[in-house]
Amino acid sequence: MAERVAKRGGLGIAQIPFWLTYVFLYVPIIIVVIMSFNASDNLFVWSGFSLQWYPTVFQNSAIMEGLGNTLIVAAGATVIAVICGTLLAVGIQRYTRGGLIRAFATAPALLPDLLLAIGLLSLFALLQFTLGLYSVMIAHSVFATAFVTAIVLARLAHVDPSLEEASRDLGAGHVRTFLRVTVPQLAPGILAGALLAFTLSLDEFVIAFFTTAPTTPTLPIVIYSMVRFGVTPEINALATILLVVSVTAVLVAQRLTKFTENL
Amino acid sequence: MTSPQPLLSVRDVRTVYGDVVALDGVSFDILENEFFALLGPSGSGKTTLLRSIAGFETPTAGEIDLDGKNLLSVPAHKRPINLMFQSYALFPHMSVAKNVAYGLEAERLPKDEIASRVDDILATVGLSHLASRRTSALSGGQRQRVALARALVKRPRLLLLDEPLSALDRKVRAEMQSELKRLQHEVGMTFVVVTHDQEEAMSMADRVAVLEDGRLEQLDTPVGLYSKPRTRFVAAFIGTANLLEGRATAGGIDVPGIGELRAEHELAPGDAATAVIRPEDVTVTREPAALAGTVVDIFFLGGSTTVSVAVDGLADPVRCTVHAAVGLARGDVVGVSIAPERIVVVPAAGPTSPAALQEVSG
Amino acid sequence: MSSRSTAPSPGARLRRGLAAAPFLAPGGLLLIAFVFIPIALVTVYAFFQRGRFGGVVFDFTLDNFVRLADPLYLGVIAQSIGVGLMVTAIALLLGFPTAWVITRLPAKWRTIALIAVLLPFWTNFLIRTYAWILLFNNAGWINKTLGVFGIEPLDLLYSLPAVVVGLVYMYLPLMILPIYSSLDRMDPLLGEAATNLGSSPFRVFRTITLPLAIPGILTGCVFVLVPAMGNFVIPELIGGGKTVLIGNLVRDQFLKARDWPFGAALTLVLTVLLLILLAVQSRVSARVTEGPGRRG
Repeated sequence: MAERVAKRGGLGIAQIPFWLTYVFLYVPIIIVVIMSFNASDNLFVWSGFSLQWYPTVFQNSAIMEGLGNTLIVAAGATVIAVICGTLLAVGIQRYTRGGLIRAFATAPALLPDLLLAIGLLSLFALLQFTLGLYSVMIAHSVFATAFVTAIVLARLAHVDPSLEEASRDLGAGHVRTFLRVTVPQLAPGILAGALLAFTLSLDEFVIAFFTTAPTTPTLPIVIYSMVRFGVTPEINALATILLVVSVTAVLVAQRLTKFTENL
Repeated sequence: MTSPQPLLSVRDVRTVYGDVVALDGVSFDILENEFFALLGPSGSGKTTLLRSIAGFETPTAGEIDLDGKNLLSVPAHKRPINLMFQSYALFPHMSVAKNVAYGLEAERLPKDEIASRVDDILATVGLSHLASRRTSALSGGQRQRVALARALVKRPRLLLLDEPLSALDRKVRAEMQSELKRLQHEVGMTFVVVTHDQEEAMSMADRVAVLEDGRLEQLDTPVGLYSKPRTRFVAAFIGTANLLEGRATAGGIDVPGIGELRAEHELAPGDAATAVIRPEDVTVTREPAALAGTVVDIFFLGGSTTVSVAVDGLADPVRCTVHAAVGLARGDVVGVSIAPERIVVVPAAGPTSPAALQEVSG
Repeated sequence: MSSRSTAPSPGARLRRGLAAAPFLAPGGLLLIAFVFIPIALVTVYAFFQRGRFGGVVFDFTLDNFVRLADPLYLGVIAQSIGVGLMVTAIALLLGFPTAWVITRLPAKWRTIALIAVLLPFWTNFLIRTYAWILLFNNAGWINKTLGVFGIEPLDLLYSLPAVVVGLVYMYLPLMILPIYSSLDRMDPLLGEAATNLGSSPFRVFRTITLPLAIPGILTGCVFVLVPAMGNFVIPELIGGGKTVLIGNLVRDQFLKARDWPFGAALTLVLTVLLLILLAVQSRVSARVTEGPGRRG
């Protein structure tokens, strides 16, 4: 109604912590990005603009190996998460009533990653499952699934169930209905979930650290080893690239699902 | 018993949001101890006016005075005006008693005075047995009483009620209507009901201000609004009416298709005008009469019957209501007559004439 | 085809269970196998012994928990709790006003503000950590800025305050979002009602806004406190290993000392703490009963 304009009072003193928060959150990142374009290898003195560090990222074999591993893990985890998570979400929505199952399905996202990490390590050791990329992929797919489930569930709340009924009324079987009516409606949610799951896996350190073999590090682990010896401009460039990827993924996911409205 | 100075005086209030004019120069007075209603469809500006009086919005221009003093300069939380919200807005983290006590605590009254006033008001609205209950455990009617008690306990100069009956089902609604009237007399306070439901307004209020499009259409008693509407909008909005378009003549109104109908009015001859005829003022007989027509439909409602007649010469059917069953059927040819003294003539749709803004003191 | 029944009541709901199976089975099995069994394993290990060459020997014992009472380890736990509380307090002081301001922004800016809070959270964990190395270093950016004002370079890196700052940086978004969620769910008319009943803006905040935001505040605190205590990267990289938290201990026990049962016991302590806090949060939230939604 054009009549009603919500009266927003003054923000007053609360503005100080508000701006402080954003400055606090972004200054470190901005410095990293800016220094990645530094002409010299000094991390603290700006010597002019240069793109020299970016190619070195791709020439660093450790980084590229880590990147390759991470992409494999993330891609695999995302595929598993999308399939399991979507099915799980639809199943929960349709066949269960209690919140308990829902809570169980989304619990992995809440539990301390240390717990999941050592738990998985213990399991793999017990089963004498060789550690490597597949162990990390399995580990990541688990909490990625929890994530996708949560996002698709939220999306399902907005889906019209009568469309499925109409489809069945017109003669389509369960599978056909699922693939041609349910999934397309869920598509933005699934896509957003996939993007976020991929990004999560890309950035995840703790669980990967515990469940991978020394010979197959993921990118975050590579960065960790590098940083322990000291920060280099190369890392800044790598960081900037990763930043761009993450930011893009989050923005696209937001576009697709406007998930900030459901917070 | 009414004080010479009005309790609330609204003068030329205008509120504009961008290009939307919510209120367009509204003026009226509310007297002490009266049950007043602001009636209008959504978009009429009644909610804006309500919120302006309560202090949640500020008019772009105009004045509002309470007891002769400027109200608009007083911040919302200091105005001696309380509001019963349409959704009740009960505080979920407090019990019934704490909700009711909230406003008194804001005044920093001594604890025992607060306790006794809360007890009194809960007894008045009949909720004493629920004092320590959480508000989420109450029924709709009970929640409303809490909202009412919470506002009344502060003994405001004016109590605003926003759509008080809209959330209630039929039966509770009727009970609540008489409750509210009783309360208003018992407590001796000025009540202002803001609503879109003309039945609500007409049944409870002493005087009703009808708003449309940000303007005051007519301020009158319910009977006055019904029997002597001054604008086409009021005629159509209040109750049901047959509206016949035509042109004013010296002695009445000339309606194309049926000729001149005698009526009293204050328009100049030749002005575009509308004849307003209530269904109960139309008579339908088997014998020929001033007008002739054919029965199109019959609605039997138990206590009364409405007959819809296609009158020769008129495009739309005319409705007639009688308090009995009639022995008529669809297709019957009938005679239609209208008592001339019951015809009201208003200007056709257009800006409100000055005559409609004349206030009627209660 | 698994005939795993997921319907609430057993027995007669077999057909329903069969229909549900293809949906719930893949994800469900994944979760059971790789979340619940591992957790069970950890719980079990905590009660067993370390084998001579690492690994686990299945002799029941409570030694691991007894060891926790050793002053050395108690000190670590106490320091973790202390650091955790400090981090939580700072995050709350920054986060609550931020969330509050966000709720009062017009819709478009609100979305931008929320995404702006989320974005750092979705960027790489390591990057967010080492960015502070750049800042805290003796020749780093903070000292450089201070130098402009003629202040001597401070020894910022490898100190406890640095670790606290690093941890706040990591988990601040997790404090802001639940508080925002709680505040956003509040019926805006409640504030108007309180004002109409005579409360000054400050009193409205104190008696209405704050109490109703408590569930969100508690959630935020839990989301910050527990991960902060379990984080080992930041104490290591920014703290130089001088600050040892529970997370560091666990990591050492598992990957260096190879005393898995002890590491498991430590992790269990952390997890139990989490569960207790969640239970408390749940109880408190239930007391603030939900009124009608703002669209009611």
